[in-house]
Amino acid sequence: MNQLFDIQDTPLSIQEVVDKVTRRDCGAISTFIGTVRELTHGKKTLKLEYQAYKPMAIKMLEQIGQEVQEKWPGSTIAITHRVGTLDISEIAVIIAVSTPHRKAAYEANEYAMERIKQIVPIWKKEFWEDGTKWIGDQLEQTPYPQGKPELKEENK
Amino acid sequence: MIKVLLFAELQDAAGTDQLEVDMVGATINEVKSWLHTQYNLPSLDQTMVAVNESYAEETYVVREGDVIAFIPPVSGG
Repeated sequence: MNQLFDIQDTPLSIQEVVDKVTRRDCGAISTFIGTVRELTHGKKTLKLEYQAYKPMAIKMLEQIGQEVQEKWPGSTIAITHRVGTLDISEIAVIIAVSTPHRKAAYEANEYAMERIKQIVPIWKKEFWEDGTKWIGDQLEQTPYPQGKPELKEENK
Repeated sequence: MIKVLLFAELQDAAGTDQLEVDMVGATINEVKSWLHTQYNLPSLDQTMVAVNESYAEETYVVREGDVIAFIPPVSGG
């Protein structure tokens, strides 16, 4: 299935996403690969779990695609986001943008990632040595204000 | 009847990912209040709501068959 916007529960392939946007009339393809980071402000992540409201998430990714095409005419964008349990350094998201000239490819790619963090219904749960928490902030810095970490939950 | 979908921390707190409720004619805000009380959920102040897979206003009046999704602050990427 060659759809430009996808959510999948299996490992992501950069080449597959790039292939979706490769066009003869484009001179640039920018790619962004979001990976699972082990240390955040000194705290060690063991693994992550991503959950999505899949049909709506795909709709919102499509909306981002429309916004990108309006802002950077001639561009083509593809985004695939992973869900399920991910280990450190695994790929969580891939964005590929092709454009006639490179500047737009860089700009559109960054724009798309920012928008993902604003409107796409996907959530990540951090698993630490001493507990777990659903992260609820677009800047990945603070959890929900009223969130209660499940401090006694055992990690795998 | 309407279907209510819960995600992330809300899902964990409620112990279910979806429920069916008879709240046709209520506003989104009223459904939110009911859910907060009924399931003793953490504050829903920052939670956005989608109706049938599109973001909706708090004043939207729920119709038969609507799928109401409670969207906590997202953290994809």
